Amino acid sequence: MFDLLGISAPAFFGQLLIGVINGSFYALLSLGLAVIFGMLHIINFVHGAQYMLGAFTALLLLNYLGIGYWWSLLLAPLIVGAFGIVLERVFLRHLYKLDHVYGLLLTFGIALVIEGTFREFFGSSGQPYGIPPELAGVQNLGFMFLPNYRAWVIVASLVVCFGTWFMIERTRLGSYLRAATENPALVQAFGINVPLMVSLTYGFGVALAAFGGVLAAPIYQVSPLMGINIIIVVFAVVVIGGMGSILGAVVTGFVLGVVEGLTKVFYPEASSTVIFVVMVLVLLTRPTGLFGRA
Amino acid sequence: MTDTPTALLRVSDLHAYYGESHILHGVNFEVQEGELLCLVGRNGAGKTTTLKSIMGMIPQRTGSIVYAGNETIRLSSHRIARLGISFCPEERGIFASLTVSENMLLPPVIHPGGMDLDEIYELFPNLRERARSQGTKLSGGEQQMLAIGRILRTGTKLLLLDEPTEGLAPVLIQQIGASIRALKSKGYTILLVEQNFRFAERVADRFCVMEHGRIVDTIPVEELEGRRAELHEHLGV
Repeated sequence: MFDLLGISAPAFFGQLLIGVINGSFYALLSLGLAVIFGMLHIINFVHGAQYMLGAFTALLLLNYLGIGYWWSLLLAPLIVGAFGIVLERVFLRHLYKLDHVYGLLLTFGIALVIEGTFREFFGSSGQPYGIPPELAGVQNLGFMFLPNYRAWVIVASLVVCFGTWFMIERTRLGSYLRAATENPALVQAFGINVPLMVSLTYGFGVALAAFGGVLAAPIYQVSPLMGINIIIVVFAVVVIGGMGSILGAVVTGFVLGVVEGLTKVFYPEASSTVIFVVMVLVLLTRPTGLFGRA
Repeated sequence: MTDTPTALLRVSDLHAYYGESHILHGVNFEVQEGELLCLVGRNGAGKTTTLKSIMGMIPQRTGSIVYAGNETIRLSSHRIARLGISFCPEERGIFASLTVSENMLLPPVIHPGGMDLDEIYELFPNLRERARSQGTKLSGGEQQMLAIGRILRTGTKLLLLDEPTEGLAPVLIQQIGASIRALKSKGYTILLVEQNFRFAERVADRFCVMEHGRIVDTIPVEELEGRRAELHEHLGV
């Protein structure tokens, strides 16, 4: 089959794997954006910077405190998520009654400040972060080699995405979140502390970005620019999936990662634009996104 | 009105504002424990705003609202709900992204002693078979039953019901009336806002007439016959 298409099997599976890996990050990040947009109606442009902060937190924990990958995977999301809660309490809280564009502008500005600050201190070249020894090594699958760490990234992303979807769609806490998305005043009048729930939701969305950042650290370089590079694509993913749709964000993230990877095999020139072409086509035919509700 | 020790809710000199507009101009009334008090008045008199102010859903409010001995005027609405007040809004507030049973289980239980699901389904049998439907797929009458049913689980003592019969067919209005009488006999205290006066006079113990953001008259149901003409003048019917 591969001979007919004029490509080699290792090249095909190699790009497929890269696509699924990229898709894992797209899914994690667009999931966080969807959770935040659904509840706060804030377009969180600082999400890429928060992803970068996750990776840097892991790096700094290692360099200064000797805390390794596994603890960082837990601690970095907590630390960056707590920073997100402060951001929500101090800044975002005042924007809920205003047009979405104010939230976008504010978070965009905060992203520039954070990324500029990190560039000042760490320069724009990347710093390496080692793969944890437990996950070193490669599996020979016969048709391709699969590095253990990359398999772990795919599994971790799938588990977190599914867990988040389950929590929101199938639990009591999730029903509070969904109801508060529709009518926060009434949910609060039932005795639920909606402002607290909003803060924690933002913190959770930010923690997802930071978790993605820690997962990414051993694969990509830890660099102040890593967030900027990925966030534009992630926004395209969110638009394609449908703003605020949890399932849409996850499925679209993985699918578009694969689409992007396979485009590299068949028509490499288009690989960096294919996602935006898909976005245009989706917006023309389904303006609310593939999974969005009108 | 005189102070009595059994007043469960006492509203005094309540003012409420939406932005620049001043809606309530010093509302005063009390609701006794176990009583069904009905607020009547024309559209725009301030009845719904009164309920929402009691529930803490109008941020700009002054005066005093004392529930079971607690001053609530400065509390946010989730704290007020936790004291034991439940609200059933005029638009019913059924959540489209939740199933009927998720809607039913949404309001958290605040005090022990609320009705359990079986008792609620006994009161509103239609809801039992629709438990897995999407909340807003129910008919208007079923949505109203769900909106009332879900606050009965919480163990609150004071129910604020905003126009429960609005837009319903006569047979459904009768069913809602029967359930409200059943709730009264279970000892609930109810503050009802109702445009449908023929419905209200069959369930209420007392009427407070609102005009331009004030209570202008109070009529116990025993005096209703003699004062009907007076009341109709207030209501413009």
